[in-house]
Amino acid sequence: MILVLAYSAVLLSFFSGLLGLAMHHRRHLILFSQYWFKKFPGDNHNCRALIIDCLQEKRFPVFLRQAVFVLLGLSGAFAVLAGVGVMIGQGLITDQVSLGLPWLPWHVRFDCLSGFFFLIVGIAVGAVSFYGPGYVNSYQENQHPFAILSLFTGLFVAGMLLVLLADDAFFFMIAWELMSVASYFLVAFQHENPANRRAAFLYLLMAEVGALAIILGFGVLASFAGGFTFDALRESQLSPTWAGIAFMLALLGFGMKAGIVPVHVWLPEAHPVAPSHISALMSGVMLKVALYGLIRFCFDLLGEVHWEWGVVLLILGTLSALGGILYAMMQPNLKRLLAYSSVENVGIIFMVLGLSMIFMANGHPQLAVLGFLAALFHAFNHALFKNLLFLGAGMIHHQTHELNIDMMGGLIKKMPKTGALFLIGCMSISSLPLFNGFVSEWLAFQTALQVDVLDNGVLRSLIPVAAAALALTAALAAACFVKVFGLIFLGQPRSHHCEKAHEVQDNGMLAGPALLAGLCFLFGIFPGPVITLINSVAGQLLGQTLPNDAALGWLWLAPVSTTQASYAPPLVLIGALIAGGVSFWYLRRNPATALRRAETWDCGFGGVTPRMQYSSSAFTMPLRRIFAKVWIIDERIDKDMQGAMDQDVAAVHYHLRIQDHSWPHLYQPVERGVNKLAQLVGRIQTGNIRVYLGYSFVTLIIMLWVVS
Amino acid sequence: MNWLIAILQTTLFVLLAPLLAGWVKCCKCRLQNRKAPSVFQPYRDLLKLNCKQPVVAEQASWLFTKAPYIIFSATVLAATVVPFIAVDLPTSASADVIVMVGFFAFARFFLPLAGLDVGTAFGGMGSSREMTISSLAEPAMLMAIFTLTMTASTTNLSFAITHVLNEGLVLRPSFVFALAALTLVAVAETGRIPVDNPATHLELTMIHEAMILEYSGRHLALIEWASQLKLMLYGVLIANIFFPWGIAEAFSMQALAYGLLAIIGKLALLAIFLAIAETLVAKMRLFRVQEFLSFAYLLGLLGLLSHIILEAAR
Repeated sequence: MILVLAYSAVLLSFFSGLLGLAMHHRRHLILFSQYWFKKFPGDNHNCRALIIDCLQEKRFPVFLRQAVFVLLGLSGAFAVLAGVGVMIGQGLITDQVSLGLPWLPWHVRFDCLSGFFFLIVGIAVGAVSFYGPGYVNSYQENQHPFAILSLFTGLFVAGMLLVLLADDAFFFMIAWELMSVASYFLVAFQHENPANRRAAFLYLLMAEVGALAIILGFGVLASFAGGFTFDALRESQLSPTWAGIAFMLALLGFGMKAGIVPVHVWLPEAHPVAPSHISALMSGVMLKVALYGLIRFCFDLLGEVHWEWGVVLLILGTLSALGGILYAMMQPNLKRLLAYSSVENVGIIFMVLGLSMIFMANGHPQLAVLGFLAALFHAFNHALFKNLLFLGAGMIHHQTHELNIDMMGGLIKKMPKTGALFLIGCMSISSLPLFNGFVSEWLAFQTALQVDVLDNGVLRSLIPVAAAALALTAALAAACFVKVFGLIFLGQPRSHHCEKAHEVQDNGMLAGPALLAGLCFLFGIFPGPVITLINSVAGQLLGQTLPNDAALGWLWLAPVSTTQASYAPPLVLIGALIAGGVSFWYLRRNPATALRRAETWDCGFGGVTPRMQYSSSAFTMPLRRIFAKVWIIDERIDKDMQGAMDQDVAAVHYHLRIQDHSWPHLYQPVERGVNKLAQLVGRIQTGNIRVYLGYSFVTLIIMLWVVS
Repeated sequence: MNWLIAILQTTLFVLLAPLLAGWVKCCKCRLQNRKAPSVFQPYRDLLKLNCKQPVVAEQASWLFTKAPYIIFSATVLAATVVPFIAVDLPTSASADVIVMVGFFAFARFFLPLAGLDVGTAFGGMGSSREMTISSLAEPAMLMAIFTLTMTASTTNLSFAITHVLNEGLVLRPSFVFALAALTLVAVAETGRIPVDNPATHLELTMIHEAMILEYSGRHLALIEWASQLKLMLYGVLIANIFFPWGIAEAFSMQALAYGLLAIIGKLALLAIFLAIAETLVAKMRLFRVQEFLSFAYLLGLLGLLSHIILEAAR
């Protein structure tokens, strides 16, 4: 039954993609319906009228768009149902689908881990399906055909769901490639811009390199096993060296998709150029699918977990978290900033997952569960708030045609609802109490603080350093999102577009983010249900759950024990309401002290202009100076001189370019190496037919020699 | 009963906060050979501000008028978590020390936003500086606090303080480091000299005051009160974590009265130290603050490492 739900989620997303193709076939549909009506004239007349009405020239595109997104939304709903269902029942369903090659049926397995990620995908897809119809309206049909967008969106979602269902390496890779390639076309959707094509190519390149690494990883496993099904891979006995090699390959492959430093560079290129609801899906969900792959590979298939792997994950995660947020802070482009912030959040998830591995390998399974819980809960939360923020960025872009933070300002008055939703997203991602981001960070800190149980001295001092880095990351994230919200929504408009902006008209476009914002708040106050669900995932995967289920009630959160740490968000909410309510009510009761509006204080010079406000680069200037080594900063001030001796300054231009260290230090050397290798290979290509015949002859001789 | 005492304690905390600020100012004036205002002057200021009509800039949005309430409530919530005159409170269980830092972050999130809201250069300047300083201070503070929580193996402040009390007077190197780190963070976070000067409105140096330049009336009163609360909070944290003796462990009348006297005495003493430090030290350049705070961070980390390496060795 649950598997039927899961299959229908996949099929619905697939069909929603196919349905979009009908956009250019209105004429054929009309012909078909006429044929149909002729053949079966006895049908209901209302129904017939409805169909004819829908096929009218004007209504058809609107109707089709809505139908596509309704199907997508249904797919999301089914995915949520299936995921929650399997987690509540702690089920493990296996199946075979005889698709693909005849002797290689697709093995399907739907367990709690898949179920949890189904839940993530489902919620995100549901929110996007509310948002989509309003958003895609702004695309010109002849330039950016809806059919392509919807086809690849459907395939992309189907691909992600299939990855979660796969139970053999072949099927896994097919689904993985479906996901990667479909998302490539989505990134390249607005391909008239060369920068977009370049970003899409970079994405495809890295996705394929990652896929190769994953294939090799599976290959290492499979060479020790009897086949390519996950069951066979689970049984394989690897020596620690080979297990380590398999782990590194999987880490490279899945880490490339998840966006871990230093293989993160495709994220800040690809996310800004994709349509916003697609970047929401890519950032909120696809990165999580990569995380799923890593968890499946390390915790499930590889068998025994080594603590060294945990250390690798911990270090890489810490680097990504810190690097991600520091780079995010310097970006003037909102979606680029959000992409770098995804690198940060994935880093946090990897960090906690590393902690979980370390505890697991050192024989503390309950603490390993705590870390696992924190990692998965943060993945869930990140899916919620990053989706929300990307959708919010889309709304802002839709209304102002602007993504540069330095050109915005004052939108809270023009777009109050968007502003409120975006604020909730910013508060969640800055991990403020009462919101979901805080709960997962709290759990992460609780995990790190249990380091006392370890025997290894190096680990005992490494983990607190990582916890310190996590604290710094959280504080920098708050600074970053204060900047984002403050510069976009507060102050005075910095551009004409922002001055003329108005609230989003389409209710669906508000409903999607509102759903996510509501969930952010809900799970910030009542994290219990989600944690119980993850607990069952841990029970199935790690064979261990948190000790006291009672402490995970709706009111209290006490993962270790009530004397060690506890957090009761509902009580905190009540306290906040009391404190806020009392002060609000008490201070405003006197009518003589009602608000009075007056001009802004301008030091008596008159006229506060928008250009006097702090800009994005000004806001982050102190941090840029403090952490100067982290970026490659190119800062120049050019002065236009005029006058008799060229001594009067006519204009001052300020240039600031901030570059990622990984380009000159990692990618460009690789690029040069590849070019050099190509030149070497090119030397044997003389263009002379006699030489080529000689090559063939020598090859033939060698082959004969080998064969004999 | 426990809840009643918790609420009473919080109320007392909130009401006493201006007194501490008045006392610090009084000590400072004496040390600088000036005539000191009454220690009750902050109460009079708050009352006066509350009776005035608040003037709000035309460009201000809803966030500007709501932020003071949010900031004040978040700070009050942080105060409920900290054991003031008695330990073993139910509020400490509902929110542990990480949540307390979270409340600080909450208040700190909205104050810079309010500064940015009006769209003047001052607001942006203050916000930018505040976020820079706080993003360096918050991890340092967490490091100092983690030293305590790992020693007591709990993040619940009540239990942690009880643990320190039960251990008796043990000189721990980690606690010395943590105390130093927390003190430096407290100086930075409450906007005292050498990081910020609460008594100046000089645009080149001000941080906190720049953000709240547009506030007036009850809004200003709330923000001022919140920053007084914050000063008191850090004072109580330092006093009760590192010198917890005297805090009430039972809920008898006598113990509570004794606890109240003890904390008032400790805070008065701390305030004198603060006043002396503020008189002796000159204000730092803004770009020296990072060194100050990274030193605090380093001290916190050293505290944590010395706990792990020296004290918890097995």
